[in-house]
Amino acid sequence: MIVFSEEQAMLLDTANEFCQNQAPRSAVRDVINAGTAMDPALWQTMVDLGWLGISIPESYGGLGMNLADAVPIFEAMGRQLMDTPLLATTLAAQVLIQDGSDNQKSTWLPKISAGTIAAVAYQENDGNWDLGAIDAVLTPTDSGEFTLSGTKMLVPDAEVAEVFIVSARLQGKPVWCLVSSESLESSQFERETVIDETRHSYCVQFSDVAVSPDDVLPLCQFHPFEMASMMLIAAEMSGGLAGVLEVVVDYLNTRKQFDKLIGSYQALKHPTVDMLLGSELVRSTVYHAATAWRENESASAVETAIRMAKCCASEQFSEAGDRGIQFHGGFGFTYDCDAQLFLRRALWSQYQLGDERYQRQKLGGLFF
Amino acid sequence: MNPAEIDEFRVQVRAWLSDNKPADPGFLLPETFMEVGTDQQFEFLRDWQRKVFEAGYLGMSWPEAYGGGGQPQLMQEIVNQEMAVARVPFVPNTIGLNWAGPLILDMGSEADKNRYIKNILSAEDIWCQGFSEPDHGSDLGNAQVRAVKDGDEYVVNGSKIWTSLGSYAKYMILIARTSTEGSNKYAGLSFFLAPMTVSGIDPTPIKKLTGEYGFCQTYFDDARIPADCMLGQEGEGWSVAMKTLMFERGAVGGQAGGLSMMDLNINDIIELARRATRNGQPAIDDPLTRDELTKLVLEARGNGLMGSKAKIPALNQTYPTAVAMSSKLRGSELKRKMTRFALSLQGANGARYISEQAMDGGKWQRSYLNAFSATIGGGTSQIQKNILGERVLGLPKS
Ligand SMILES: Cc1cc2nc3c(=O)[nH]c(=O)nc-3n(C[C@H](O)[C@H](O)[C@H](O)COP(=O)(O)OP(=O)(O)OC[C@H]3O[C@@H](n4cnc5c(N)ncnc54)[C@H](O)[C@@H]3O)c2cc1C
Repeated sequence: MIVFSEEQAMLLDTANEFCQNQAPRSAVRDVINAGTAMDPALWQTMVDLGWLGISIPESYGGLGMNLADAVPIFEAMGRQLMDTPLLATTLAAQVLIQDGSDNQKSTWLPKISAGTIAAVAYQENDGNWDLGAIDAVLTPTDSGEFTLSGTKMLVPDAEVAEVFIVSARLQGKPVWCLVSSESLESSQFERETVIDETRHSYCVQFSDVAVSPDDVLPLCQFHPFEMASMMLIAAEMSGGLAGVLEVVVDYLNTRKQFDKLIGSYQALKHPTVDMLLGSELVRSTVYHAATAWRENESASAVETAIRMAKCCASEQFSEAGDRGIQFHGGFGFTYDCDAQLFLRRALWSQYQLGDERYQRQKLGGLFF
Repeated sequence: MNPAEIDEFRVQVRAWLSDNKPADPGFLLPETFMEVGTDQQFEFLRDWQRKVFEAGYLGMSWPEAYGGGGQPQLMQEIVNQEMAVARVPFVPNTIGLNWAGPLILDMGSEADKNRYIKNILSAEDIWCQGFSEPDHGSDLGNAQVRAVKDGDEYVVNGSKIWTSLGSYAKYMILIARTSTEGSNKYAGLSFFLAPMTVSGIDPTPIKKLTGEYGFCQTYFDDARIPADCMLGQEGEGWSVAMKTLMFERGAVGGQAGGLSMMDLNINDIIELARRATRNGQPAIDDPLTRDELTKLVLEARGNGLMGSKAKIPALNQTYPTAVAMSSKLRGSELKRKMTRFALSLQGANGARYISEQAMDGGKWQRSYLNAFSATIGGGTSQIQKNILGERVLGLPKS
């Protein structure tokens, strides 16, 4: 069952309009070429809209809505291939809300609502999707403090983040700890080359970084973080899939060969219909996941719904991106063709937190 | 209806179904209305439909004046759901209940409604559909069966084919060529609510791929049908036929309800995967089989969720008709894939066919072969993709 309120519908409209006007797909290449980590003016507008605080309680300066209410925003952003630190920051806020102490929350959540950028550093070099597979360690010192050592990969927006939430092992047990960017040198950041050029991804070396006990989170729950991340990434993918479908349909309706529009050839038409049905499917699973999350359904129902969304999105978006290249012919092989932007985005997203095969493995356990 | 009323009604329906579900007849029942091949099967199913109608569970939202229930559509939906859950037989007069009936209610005359609707519901009059011809199936617009006006009758010649229920039908929704002139192939077509009982109409059964019967070739040899059987104007048959297909494919509502096929869903396949063995192990424990099964579960649940999304206008702005227009394609293809997969769960026994030695008496093999009825009938899956490409995505015609 999918539940979608009037209020959410309005947010979807606003988000679509905003993304289309402020960061249309046609401007994506300029953003990539500019090479800057983000556009401060655009960021400020998003802050003004309240988007940074969607799921942050009102007492911490947020809007006090549900994280699932951010789904339409990420979908709209995905459609225009936008990349901003909103994803990273929203997820960091989510970790704080779930696992942080009152003190940690009141220190950081109001700042995040007002536009402070934050990022969760969880991935390590072996590309393992199991969030518990961590080599980074937090070691107690004689003075009652800790030091953090380890290397995190694929950390989003690290150059502009003011705070990181880093997963590590403390006496064998996993923990989250807060690390302010002030305690890091710029030499500890290295921009990574990832397939989606809109993404700002970094390798961050945490070498003997001092961490105060106040900055160790009292809880460490990877599962809800993983679920929240997949829900928002799948939402973005749903938008991306709708976007690539639009590009393909446009081309099939304009390009002619053998004196006919190429859209009249069934070899293109039928797989494009598959793309349409894939897009309808992904959107349905994404809003179903949002419903399960918002309605606070049982843990297994939420996990099933979110894994279904990430599974379908991974499969359908990467396939649509792949066919999108082929259906543009020689032009599809060029850097200039928008199809490559979508394919690269699709691949990046597919490999976040588990591709479709990984999700199916997990779903098997949930279904049977 | 408020939630309490809905619940109460559901309980009432469930009780009725459990009291009235027919006992196993001791012979194989067909799986869909397209496969009614023996008189024994037909009589059994017709009796069942009559019973359901008399209980007030068919045509619940159709107007009372013509024999319907005059109730909210939701009630019929509840009945349909409960029938699927209770695994009762299907009601055989599908073409009347779900295509011809809504069509007559939509555009028929007062006389038509009085004459046909109640007997459609009670299964007194079985309906069939004369659209496809031996040389024109997908290209329905090219239909060549001729109907020539002679006084207050039309004289019909030619043949229709794949006529489901042709041997049992009293009426046929018929598309025939009343003129060979006109600007295009569609212009000369007209639509009739034709009696099958006049002389010169001969439905001849055709053996299906399963070895059973279920459809006919229907020959017309100077068959004279009354001119007032025409629905719509002369030459406008194509648009009436298109409207019929919208009802047939479930793209628009208005159907009388009831099941038109035996329910078979993903849970049946999961259950089979636990029971059936491959190399001595439950099939579901084999990792590759399990992954394939997971894909099917995803597809089945995905179809359900798409139906749920379709009810929310804000989530269907770009292609508002995509889900409804694709439901026949998605549903029929999934059923084909599920039943085909069911064979693969059985190891070497996958090769058996209807017999005592076969798993569940060969039900799955028969189901797989029968699954093509819905991927071919009602417009093939390929034609559905053309329609979706052209009417939903706005791509140029092939
Ligand atoms: C069980 C069953 C019951 C039926 N019951 C009825 C009934 O009661 N009344 C009735 O009128 N009809 C009935 N039909 C007929 C059905 O509607 C037709 O079989 C169907 O429309 C296909 O037409 P055809 O058989 O002539 O195949 P063809 O049109 O010859 O198709 C052959 C193949 O070519 C493909 N093809 C054809 N045209 C195109 C195209 N433009 N683009 C791409 N591919 C194309 C088709 O998909 C198919 O794979 C029934 C069919 C079945 C299987």
